[in-house]
Amino acid sequence: MDQFFFAAEVLANGLMTGVMYALVALGFVLIFKASGVFNYAQGVLALFAALTLVGIQQGQIPFAHLINAAFGTSLHHFGWTVPAVLAIALTAGVMVALAFLIEKLVLQHLVGQEPIILFMATIGLAYFLEGLGDVMWGADIKTLDVGLPQGISDAIEGTTAEWFGYGFFIDRLDIWATLIAALLVAALVAFAQYTKQGRAMRAVADDHQAALSVGISLRFIWVMVWSIAGFVALVAGIMWGTKSGVQFSLSLIALKALPVLMLGGFTSIPGAIVGGLIIGVGEKLFEFFIGPMVGGATENWFAYVLALIFLVFRPQGLFGERIIERV
Amino acid sequence: MKTKLTAFVLAGMVTAAPALADLVVPNLSYRTGPYGANGTQYADGFNDYFTLLNERDGGIGGEIIQVPECETAYNTEKGVECYEATKDTGALVYNPLSTGITYQLIPKVGVDKKVLYTPGYGRTSAKNGKVFEWVFNAPANYWDGASVAIKYLLDENGGDLSGKKIALVYHNSAYGKEPIRTLEELAAKHGFELSAIPVEAPGQEQKSQWLQIRRDKPDYVLMWGWGVMNQVAIQEAANIRFPMENFIGIWWAGSEIDVGPAGAGANGYKSLTFNGVGMDYPLYDDLKTHVLDTGKASQGGEHVGSAVYSRGMYAAVVIAEAIRKAQELAGTAQINPEQLREGFENLEISTDRLAEIGLPDFGPEIALSCSNHGGSGMARIQQWDASAKTWNLITEFTEPDNEVLDPLIAADSEAYAKEAGITPRECN
Repeated sequence: MDQFFFAAEVLANGLMTGVMYALVALGFVLIFKASGVFNYAQGVLALFAALTLVGIQQGQIPFAHLINAAFGTSLHHFGWTVPAVLAIALTAGVMVALAFLIEKLVLQHLVGQEPIILFMATIGLAYFLEGLGDVMWGADIKTLDVGLPQGISDAIEGTTAEWFGYGFFIDRLDIWATLIAALLVAALVAFAQYTKQGRAMRAVADDHQAALSVGISLRFIWVMVWSIAGFVALVAGIMWGTKSGVQFSLSLIALKALPVLMLGGFTSIPGAIVGGLIIGVGEKLFEFFIGPMVGGATENWFAYVLALIFLVFRPQGLFGERIIERV
Repeated sequence: MKTKLTAFVLAGMVTAAPALADLVVPNLSYRTGPYGANGTQYADGFNDYFTLLNERDGGIGGEIIQVPECETAYNTEKGVECYEATKDTGALVYNPLSTGITYQLIPKVGVDKKVLYTPGYGRTSAKNGKVFEWVFNAPANYWDGASVAIKYLLDENGGDLSGKKIALVYHNSAYGKEPIRTLEELAAKHGFELSAIPVEAPGQEQKSQWLQIRRDKPDYVLMWGWGVMNQVAIQEAANIRFPMENFIGIWWAGSEIDVGPAGAGANGYKSLTFNGVGMDYPLYDDLKTHVLDTGKASQGGEHVGSAVYSRGMYAAVVIAEAIRKAQELAGTAQINPEQLREGFENLEISTDRLAEIGLPDFGPEIALSCSNHGGSGMARIQQWDASAKTWNLITEFTEPDNEVLDPLIAADSEAYAKEAGITPRECN
């Protein structure tokens, strides 16, 4: 019986972890859906957003190392701290500015190029942003605190202990992540369905040429989509950064999003969520039941195996659009 | 234009290359990538001590020390590239701060005749100088660390660990797996139950591992982690309310940046260490005068006194003392790597000498020989005070259980000798 409750606890935590994966995957989906570009830099965008958020919140002087090296000064902080909500709003503003610059300096020059060229450009962008983040904010690990609670939920532990005789562990941060992800998805769906810009975004996603012919500005849509993806990256960066501190390995969370995308499909927002949940639950249950027999640490590779199994039956992913090219 | 450019590049190369008479100690550092936060602090400590010697004493024995830096990004291939790129610049000794890079360099340094110094990391059995002539890993290695941790737990439990459950949470890599064999031997000897729980690199997600710990309820958790794995593990331990005083990390899981993100939740966490922390040592007066106040500190001196900075500085102290010894034995200040190896094999850093350097009780005594390249293996325990944000040393330096470790080191080094076709040398 214990084993059953343990498995149920693992399942619940897998679902929560899946939401965290889905948060990262969402950013990929948004950009791929609107522009057909697989944005390799999405993980680095999350890192850059989180670094900027902490920098703004803690009143850190950007490029302090460069300034100090050039002028022999010893500047590090402005001497103020910024409230979390304002810092998040300012960071969102920075991500919009970044989206504008990416469109202006990178994408605009690659209009009409093959998707692989755009993909390569995002690889370059990833390296550039990683270096820029380092130079702007330093390589230290930064503590991110925007007021989100962490640690075991006493209410859930107490209730489950009363009901089943075993108190479940659920991290309060994961509960918040789930709520925020749900809000984010609802907002994105509402934006896409009920706003003019959202409809324009969907039109571009469906057919670039047709959208252009009816006067939709591709440049505007790209800036908008990269801005939204930047905001989603900021949310993912907050959630992951709260747990581990903001550091450069944050960019590697993109690796967790890939199997989610393969499974859920590159073009579906619900796919990213469902894919995240399946990967989260699948890898956790596999680790729980099979991990001990094979030495553990199965999660990283199992997520990809699971995605590949799904691909055999649905190459476009669970919710992806089937691509039919006629000769 | 082309000629001008070539002349400019050549001029740059000449300026960057160390003068032939200098003592060259390349710093294979990593300031970028997922492990850059740790690597930066270590590299700064390493650089600053040599800068101090250059500024205050005019180098060692009148020879300026050059510390050309090469970025490895904690990547084994790049680390080997850095080695190849710097080995012909008169380099005496390498300290790559990576077990992966160390494993690749071990066969190379024997051929190229360069000293490889890997304090607290790398291949544990390199302690056996009969097999690993060019490699030194004093003052302590991973097996020493595992043994000192168990000795500490024995002390905490009145000398009896029978029936206790100890979990090892480890980085699923060559580094993380290093202590398993030793801990298995120690488990058999002391009757505790060991469970090894791997964490896949980089370790950003560890929910399964900590749910397992919550279910299994071990009495103690040991951790062999690095980089983000440490911060997440400490946070997850706090999340499941694992008692922090029963959670002990290896020295690479014992820095301020490891405990910082968990905030107050990390209070009481312990780790092994073989070097002092903080700035309460006389050496820092000199460092302030000659390095910090003159603006010559590496990266502005932001991390001076931190645990990892101190470890980087300590590595530089040991290398500098070995150079001094080599100069004394060779009768010349301009030593070569072979002479430096002699210096290492005759190295003695007593408590008095450490006090003379300005670092009293900063590290254990070191006395190396032809056969012993690893020293006494002594380490101590430090504990994190989250409110004061300081590490406090809570034990004296403790010797490992050599009765268990010596046969393991002999077996592993002999196996390596066989595999690499090395005939162990005689040491008198």
